[in-house]
Amino acid sequence: MKNLIDLEKKINSELGTKINNTLIKHDQIYIEIDKEDFIDVTLFIKTNKDTKFRQLIDITVVDYPEETQRFKIVYLFLSHEFNQRIILSYRINENEVISSLTSVFPSANWMEREVFDMYGVNFKDHPDLRRILTDYGFEGHPLRKDFPLTGHTEVRYNEDQKKVINEPVKLEQNYRNFDYESPWEGTKYIKEQAKNNDKKN
Amino acid sequence: MTKKIKNLNLNFGPQHPAAHGVLRLILELDGEVVEKADPHIGLLHRGTEKLIENKTYMQAVPYFDRLDYVAPMNQEHAFALAIEKILEIDVPIRAQFIRVMFCEIGRILSHILNVTTQALDVGALTPSLWGFEERETLMTFYERASGSRLHANYFRAGGVHQDLPAGLEADIAKFCETFPKIINDLENLLTDNRIFKQRNVDIGIVSKEDALDYSFSGVMIRGSGVPWDLRKSQPYDCYDQLEFKIPVGKNGDCYDRYLCRIEEMKESVSIIKQCLAKMEKGPIKTFDGKISPPSKKEIKQSMEALIHHFKLFTEGYRVPKNEIYTAVEAPKGEFGVYLISDGSSKPYKCKIRAPGFSHLQSMDYLIKGHMLADVPAVLGSLDIVFGEVDR
Repeated sequence: MKNLIDLEKKINSELGTKINNTLIKHDQIYIEIDKEDFIDVTLFIKTNKDTKFRQLIDITVVDYPEETQRFKIVYLFLSHEFNQRIILSYRINENEVISSLTSVFPSANWMEREVFDMYGVNFKDHPDLRRILTDYGFEGHPLRKDFPLTGHTEVRYNEDQKKVINEPVKLEQNYRNFDYESPWEGTKYIKEQAKNNDKKN
Repeated sequence: MTKKIKNLNLNFGPQHPAAHGVLRLILELDGEVVEKADPHIGLLHRGTEKLIENKTYMQAVPYFDRLDYVAPMNQEHAFALAIEKILEIDVPIRAQFIRVMFCEIGRILSHILNVTTQALDVGALTPSLWGFEERETLMTFYERASGSRLHANYFRAGGVHQDLPAGLEADIAKFCETFPKIINDLENLLTDNRIFKQRNVDIGIVSKEDALDYSFSGVMIRGSGVPWDLRKSQPYDCYDQLEFKIPVGKNGDCYDRYLCRIEEMKESVSIIKQCLAKMEKGPIKTFDGKISPPSKKEIKQSMEALIHHFKLFTEGYRVPKNEIYTAVEAPKGEFGVYLISDGSSKPYKCKIRAPGFSHLQSMDYLIKGHMLADVPAVLGSLDIVFGEVDR
């Protein structure tokens, strides 16, 4: 469907209970669903003649370590026919295994491998779930928020052993993260303070 | 007597000149026919996304140059657009034209590199010598505008870093007059060349359906006959004010993709000309002092400007809590930024969608059943740059 609002209505009416929330923002539809309904929803938006989201653009994860449902899995879809984009997301716990999309979109293969590599999210029925971007024998999942920016190990060539070895990171100076955050909201901040002072008086 | 025949495993790269960077391709060969290809990537992984999460929005821009380093400004564009959409700021029209013009220069840069190195991979040396001379000219334009030939760091949320220096517009206009001749020369060498055609026609055919299924974009999908270009379908900046055509292939083979790239270069020249004609004097970045830094002159005179300057280069500007996906038509395809801001001056998450990643993924599907000698041809026409594949 050409119109975003129509499309939102269509998805809501056809899928009904499977959709938790929809939102139109920046000319895109953001849809929140449950983990269980994920394959059904993608199959619907891919095959239905009014949606035709034939292309999977990307899969990614957002990490919220302080929340109980730690990971938010995000899928981006594009419909060439109707020139629309959908952003589909659902939340999972840290050790949950989710179903792979490779049977619906072959291009999900590497995207899921990347998610597995970067966040340690496991996929069920994935044909070839290996690490993809990190080094052979790498440990940890770099894009998790609790993974340090400098990493755990560094590599160097060892002249005695005549090979490249892994060592714990040694830095002359640790990475410093300065806190510059300040109530730099100009007049608004001063106004609020003035208001509070008025109340006290 | 029976003989046992075993398939041969061959390591192609990561130090092979036709691997276009650091690709390690593990090929399973049955004689000279490729049975299976398993690309190992990540040898250039620098953790760009992790680094961006730890930098302010302004400090994150240079990382985008280092993704697809043959067309740096196109990547910056996607990031700048994402921030602008969240902050809801308008970009002055001159800045829009400058950005579009440099994006098209980037497209020419990338396509020259790809077309000529693809020719090099299949045995033609001259195109790369001729093409690289033009790339050098284009990179001096980059240098004159931004200060560096490659890693420009030129686009900002709300405009560009600084105005074009005097005389640059005239020189770019001059280039637009001379460059079409170079394209013709390249075409004379390649388009009807018997050897070039033998190596590229009917090699690595992608059907329309498969192009969609494998998340292809850019030339890879247009070569297969899908007229899809984000500059037309979801215009950003001032693309809706410009006239250009979208070249589309017919057979979806390496040769069609080559032809598409050649035609796109011609269109880019026309877009640059239009930008130059429509560009008027005016501001080049937003006036909002909370986002764009003040000029040196203002800093000397105004206390507020001084404070703005200090805060912008220490804390950086804050971006309200939001979630957005923005994509631009980079030379290689759809380059997207999925940005999550949390109200602080650093992105909470910034996922980079690189077109080359999904293109390279299809290597196994594209090369199955082809000869070993076709591997460089197919790889060349995929237009892979490892900066963006590995991120």
